Amino acid sequence: MDFTFTPEQDALREQARDFLTANSEPAWAELAELGWTGVSVAEEDGGAGLGFVEEAVIFEELGRALTKGPYLSTVAAVLPILPSELQAEVAAGEASWTLALGPLVPDLDTAQRIAVVGGDGIFELEGAEREILQTTDETRPLGVVRGGAPGRRLADSTALDEIRPRLLAALAIEACGVARRALEYAIEYAASREQFGRRIGVYQAVSHPLADAYTQLELARSLALWAAWCVAEQDELAPVAAAAAKASAAEAAVQVCETSIQVHGGIGFTWEHVLHRLYKRALWIESFAASGTSLRAEVAAYVLEGKKAPGPAPEPVLTQGG
Amino acid sequence: MDLRDTAEEAAFRAELRAWLEENLPGDIQGHRGGAARFEGEAMRAWSRALYDAGYAGLTWPKEYGGGGAPYTHQAILLEEMARAEAPPHVGVIGIGMAGPTIMAHGTEEHKARHLAPILSAEEIWCQGFSEPGAGSDLAGVRTSARLEDGHFVVDGQKVWSSFAHIADFCILLTRSDPESTRHAGLTYLIVDMKAPGVEVRPLTQITGEAEFNEIFFNAVEVPVENLLGEVGGGWQVAMTTLLHERGTLGFALQAALEVQVRKLATLARDRGADPIQRDKIAREWIEMQAVRYTNYRSLSQLMKTGLPGPEGSISKLVWSEANQRVTKLALELLGPDAPLWDGNAPYGGYWQYQQLRSRGNTIEAGTSEVLRNIVAERVLGLPKSR
Ligand SMILES: Cc1cc2nc3c(=O)[nH]c(=O)nc-3n(C[C@H](O)[C@H](O)[C@H](O)COP(=O)(O)OP(=O)(O)OC[C@H]3O[C@@H](n4cnc5c(N)ncnc54)[C@H](O)[C@@H]3O)c2cc1C
Repeated sequence: MDFTFTPEQDALREQARDFLTANSEPAWAELAELGWTGVSVAEEDGGAGLGFVEEAVIFEELGRALTKGPYLSTVAAVLPILPSELQAEVAAGEASWTLALGPLVPDLDTAQRIAVVGGDGIFELEGAEREILQTTDETRPLGVVRGGAPGRRLADSTALDEIRPRLLAALAIEACGVARRALEYAIEYAASREQFGRRIGVYQAVSHPLADAYTQLELARSLALWAAWCVAEQDELAPVAAAAAKASAAEAAVQVCETSIQVHGGIGFTWEHVLHRLYKRALWIESFAASGTSLRAEVAAYVLEGKKAPGPAPEPVLTQGG
Repeated sequence: MDLRDTAEEAAFRAELRAWLEENLPGDIQGHRGGAARFEGEAMRAWSRALYDAGYAGLTWPKEYGGGGAPYTHQAILLEEMARAEAPPHVGVIGIGMAGPTIMAHGTEEHKARHLAPILSAEEIWCQGFSEPGAGSDLAGVRTSARLEDGHFVVDGQKVWSSFAHIADFCILLTRSDPESTRHAGLTYLIVDMKAPGVEVRPLTQITGEAEFNEIFFNAVEVPVENLLGEVGGGWQVAMTTLLHERGTLGFALQAALEVQVRKLATLARDRGADPIQRDKIAREWIEMQAVRYTNYRSLSQLMKTGLPGPEGSISKLVWSEANQRVTKLALELLGPDAPLWDGNAPYGGYWQYQQLRSRGNTIEAGTSEVLRNIVAERVLGLPKSR
């Protein structure tokens, strides 16, 4: 058992952090240049032939830096179901994708192509009109598509069983990146801001919620990394692990951001401070794909009835004798 | 990153699982713990069986009766014991605190004399740290130890000392320099609980049983050889004890939580759970997995670098609060049967006992407030509150 990153994975994180600190809206071609769009694409298709754990490293850093763009939509939601020649295009930076699962579709402003589920297949949607909607999180817009027709068939719709844990695990680890940044801001502030003649971090009404924020984040991150590993290894527990991780990490990110805003006082409530952007991304993640409540219903079905993959919610067992 | 067992870990796990299946007596499986574990001989016999099979003190050096195994094996042992609902070894303080402290600060004579009997459950230990005036603020210890004619003379009072009523030895924190205050002038002794002048008075706990005690020391003579560390250097030795009390417990706590969540799921299947209760059960299962993988992260770091990851420091804090929620949720599932006690309650009163006992979890081994101070100051680097 080894639950640490390899030196290569650590180096990738460092590269990602440095690059994203300097580039908040990187072009898709730049990400391809760095090798990030082809991390899990086979080497013969121009990728690096690595896996989801490496992608998770990038998702976490994208969350931390609040990067705008279709990386999550392309890599988490579409890439593995594409035929290999289309994967090669992604690796080369020639194509980016988003998946229209529900009526609200992320990253329609930046993703070049749209995948859509219809009947027993997943198709490329062609000739559709896109409308970008205003969203609280300006860094990850949602939109709607109208018209158009299914073009090339990409995969059977059963591929969604593979996509769902990937997407949930990606959202979970991205949420951890968001939370980490919000916590760092709060710690810096609590260690320097003075009131009543002392640094505010000495007051337990400030420091204990921060200790709790750290605790919640580390617990969520452990789940997110577990889920990422399960996805990478196609472990049979991947759906349960990803559901647990997304429910826990989204909630943690929201909570940590709220604590951070409170610790900052008035400045935390301003448009100028970056905190509200982290907070809005956390809220976005919490509401996207599946709510915490519905994910926990899946977990309960596993724990109590042994169901490993999500399906229709089981009939609640009636309480006997109270 | 590879969360699977290595071939060697898998072999250890398989062998262990088979051993547990063969050797765990059915009547102690799922034992509720507490003072009842010292009634009769069954639990000591079980501890002895663990020792004879080489599973007690798995990570301790072989020369002292341990297993000389890596920490990953210890994690596997605790996981498998949890799965089998096998009760832990009765020598909680000896194995968790006294033993590691003796290994770190003791002489060869100490190690040769004390370590093996701890593992074989022949000798039980207690911890004499807390006093009426020194709890969270342990540096306020006042029990005195005067050096006189080749021995220490100990006078004073300790309190909340678990298992002192059946203990053979005590790890005792004393003040050897009456002029000193706070962290200086403290001395750490091994005290024979059968020595003249040691008086133990059991204190009845919230559960109605007496697991902890007051200890009175009245001119108790302690040989100088029983000194651990330096005269006046007791604080450093005590820090080793506390580190182990909160640290190495991580996997044991996770294992205990896993047993609770497993039993909670059984209870929910037996008695039914509505959608809101199902949501709460899922939360607790998720939290239990989170504690497990957090411990894995910390342990992997330890195996790689020799230092555990900082995230390990949250284990005790998270476990204690989780155990309180889980046991309270069990009472909710028991519904109108929740007020029943002991033999009159479903499952022999397991949950009623566990729920009350869990209130001590956020007080013993460092209160949750003190542990949050530690996370804030040592992990997050916030300014000290004191
Ligand atoms: C079941 C059980 C078993 C125990 N076994 C042993 C044993 O075997 N050996 C032994 O030596 N001791 C033992 N203890 C004692 C335990 O270590 C102490 O109870 C604990 O350290 C708290 O000390 P106290 O009881 O004096 O409470 P106090 O320290 O007086 O604390 C009272 C309250 O004040 C809070 N508080 C104190 N200081 C601060 C601060 N700086 N910031 C914020 N809040 C603070 C505490 O968190 C707590 O809520 C046991 C206790 C229990 C409950």
